[in-house]
This record gives sequence, structure tokens and C-alpha cells, in this order.
Amino acid sequence: MIPAAFDYRRADGLDDVLAALASDAPVTLLAGGQSLLPLLKLRLAEVGTLLDIGRIPELHGVRTRDEGGIAIGATTTWNEILEDPLVAAHAPLLRQVVAGIGDVQVRNRGTIGGSVAHADPAADIVPALLALDATIALRSATSRRAGPADGFFRGPFETVRRSDELIVEIRIPALPAGAGGAWEAVSQPASGWSIAAAAAVLAVSDGRISHARVALGGAGECGVRAKAVEAALVDRPATPETLTAAASAATEGIAVQGDLHADAAYRTSVARVVVRRALEAARARAAG
Amino acid sequence: MRPVIRRIHREVRRVPQEVSLVVNGVDRRVSVEPRRMLAELLRDDLGLTGTNLGCDTTQCGACTVLLDGRAVKSCSVLALQAEGSSVTTIEGLAEGGTLHPLQTAFAECHGLQCGFCTPGMILAAADLIARDPDPAPETVRHALEGNLCRCTGYHTIVDAVLAGAAAMRDDGAAR
Repeated sequence: MIPAAFDYRRADGLDDVLAALASDAPVTLLAGGQSLLPLLKLRLAEVGTLLDIGRIPELHGVRTRDEGGIAIGATTTWNEILEDPLVAAHAPLLRQVVAGIGDVQVRNRGTIGGSVAHADPAADIVPALLALDATIALRSATSRRAGPADGFFRGPFETVRRSDELIVEIRIPALPAGAGGAWEAVSQPASGWSIAAAAAVLAVSDGRISHARVALGGAGECGVRAKAVEAALVDRPATPETLTAAASAATEGIAVQGDLHADAAYRTSVARVVVRRALEAARARAAG
Repeated sequence: MRPVIRRIHREVRRVPQEVSLVVNGVDRRVSVEPRRMLAELLRDDLGLTGTNLGCDTTQCGACTVLLDGRAVKSCSVLALQAEGSSVTTIEGLAEGGTLHPLQTAFAECHGLQCGFCTPGMILAAADLIARDPDPAPETVRHALEGNLCRCTGYHTIVDAVLAGAAAMRDDGAAR
């Protein structure tokens, strides 16, 4: 399969990227290309100029932040995230999710920033970032801003990133002390994409749930926090009954989508199951 | 007027660019259209047809090569993205007339039938063994998730990778 013709240019540093994004001549950013290149080859997308941002040092790698937690450069690949000691120490839940993304070859090329920008409704990284209270940091030639992942994703393949903005890093804050995280997914066997996936982070204090973040992927129009589940957990006793009851609200307020692999009713059912399993595993890992 | 303008833009977009890379230890400089994939550069420009194109959509893994030591699907990497990189294809594994231990193991364990997926399987296995010289069978299965085989049922492939890894450990110990 041959894409429609395009121009290609390798970016000469961060300033070059920001200037190109600010200019009238539109460019499409290319990082690992594991979503974009197949789209171009299938002619689901057509671009004028690809600007390759895959080799910009400032956009790459994992560091700790003075405020606590870690920041992951946008063009850090999935396998670099998996092999990074800071991620292993600070964000084991993220590591667990990333290990299931694509396959080895895709993880060797695909980047976290590329996936966040692409915003596939079934992208596993999205519910993970929502449950971890991650922040997406953006830069343009004239501005810098950072906002929560919750609110960044607007719908299928749609985010609040402006066309002149570049995702520079993903920030993962330190979790509440003693918190436990878990990830559960049921995937379509041929493609590996999640039919429904749940990320959960729970903290328990004096036998009661003091912190709950639960997010769903695959089920809705984009990854989304299951706020009805969270509301049914916080300040309640950390018992199996609480978790089971909360999981039954998994898709409340979420427009569950159906496709040829799983209709909306089945996906709703799977969503409740993965949320319950994720809550049980997160509870088991949480102290207290 | 509009179609004419569009055609001019298309011609501009087809202006080839030079890419320099090292393929199987040999410096190569090739002029490619920006939309040329690494797999096409290897097969069509360099004649290295051991890299097979199967699905051509990042799924089957037949086109797997090592790019700077890591397994990638060369149907989903632009040739221009490989600028300055080192690429290893199946043709680069044997030393002289001696097969690489993984190649020998695939033959001895019947890790192939039609052979179409084999170059990709071997290079994906090479990536795994470089990071994990003594992988568990489950690890091998997980690492080959991105490589499809329609003949063998995978069991003999896993056997071959384990045998190849053992042979490579023995080779390493002997040196």
C-alpha cells in the first residue's frame, strides 16, 4: 500500500517545530508513526508535509519532577517507558498498561505523545493517564500550558490541542501514600484493541476509601473517567460489597459505542466486569 | 485552474531525498521519495528480498528488521526515518557461509513450513535474546506476539527460539 505523496522534513530542534506549527503552511507531526503511517498507507489520511520530531532531545526521556512524580517526554517510546527505572519506581500501573500496547515492534517505535495526540477511542494509554491524574504539557511558539488529562480528550481522535501546539511531555504526579493501582482489559483477539478496559487507583484510610480514580477505555467515544463509580467509592468502607456495587455503575453517564466485534450491550457488560476486577486488584494492592 | 495547481504540488512532493544508512554493516546512500517505506528501500532499492512484505499494515511482522538493534516493522517506518541508522536484515545474520544459531535452530526444530514469516520471526527473536539471553517459553510467546505464522501453529517456532537462544549462550560461553 502506497500513501498519497507528501513532503518530509526532519525537524531541526524544538524551536523549528514550534515555528513550523505557527506558520501558515500546515505540517503534520510524525513521531514513531505507528498510527499515522498505517493511516496514510490505507489512505484514511492525506498530508502535505510530515515534520519528523522523532529526534529532538528535549522531547525525549523520563525525569523526576521537583513537585514529585515524573515527566515523560512526548517522543519517548513505549519500550523506553517499559525499561525506565523511574517509571518502574513511580508508576507501576503505567508500566503494566504500556506492556500490553501493540506488540514489541510497535512498542519499539510508537511514542506516548503520539498516542495521546492521536486519541484513538480504544487507546489503552488514555484511561491509564486519567486514573493516574496525569497532566498533558503543551507548547506553542508563544505559549505554554499544562492541563489535566481529564478534559484533554474530547472525542474520537479529537483533543483540545490547538493546531499550533506541540505536546511536550506527560506528567504523572505521585500517587497518594499507600495507593494501589490496577489495570484490567478484555481485548478483541485478532486486533488486540480493548473492547473495554479499566484503570483504577484506590487509597484506603481507616478502612474507608479515601481516594478513587477509575477510568474506562474502549467503551465510549474516548477514554473517560467513570465518575459515577468514583462517587460510589469515596468515603465508603473498603469492602468487596462496596467495590461490586460501584462497578455496576461503570458506564453511567457514558455513551457506550458498539461495533461489529461487540455491541453496546455486551460492551457495557464487559465494562462492569473489568471495572470490578480492576477495583478488586487495586484494593488488594492498596495499604490499609 | 485548481487541478493544475494540485498537480504541481504533487510533483513537488515527489522530489526524492537522500538517505544514508548502514545495512548489514555496509554504508548505503539511496535517493528515495518521501513516501517510500524502509521495507521498499530494502527490497526494491537494495535487492534484499529476504525481508518479506505480508500485510503491509503493521500487523503480520513478516517485514521485521532490526533498526539500531531493535525489532521494527519496516513496512511502517519511512526510509527517511532511518537516516544515520544501522539496519540488520535476515541477509545480515549469517557469517560467511555459517548460518546464525537462530537460523540453524529454525531449520533443526522445523520452525517453519512455507518460510514466509521466518525472517521476521528470527529478527524479532534476535531482539528478544539480545535483551533476555535465557527467555522463558512464555516470554518468547509474548515477544513474538507481533509476528503471525499461518503454518506451524507456533509451537515449533517457540522451540526454535529457545534452542537458538541456548546455542547463542553456548557460543558466548565458548568465546
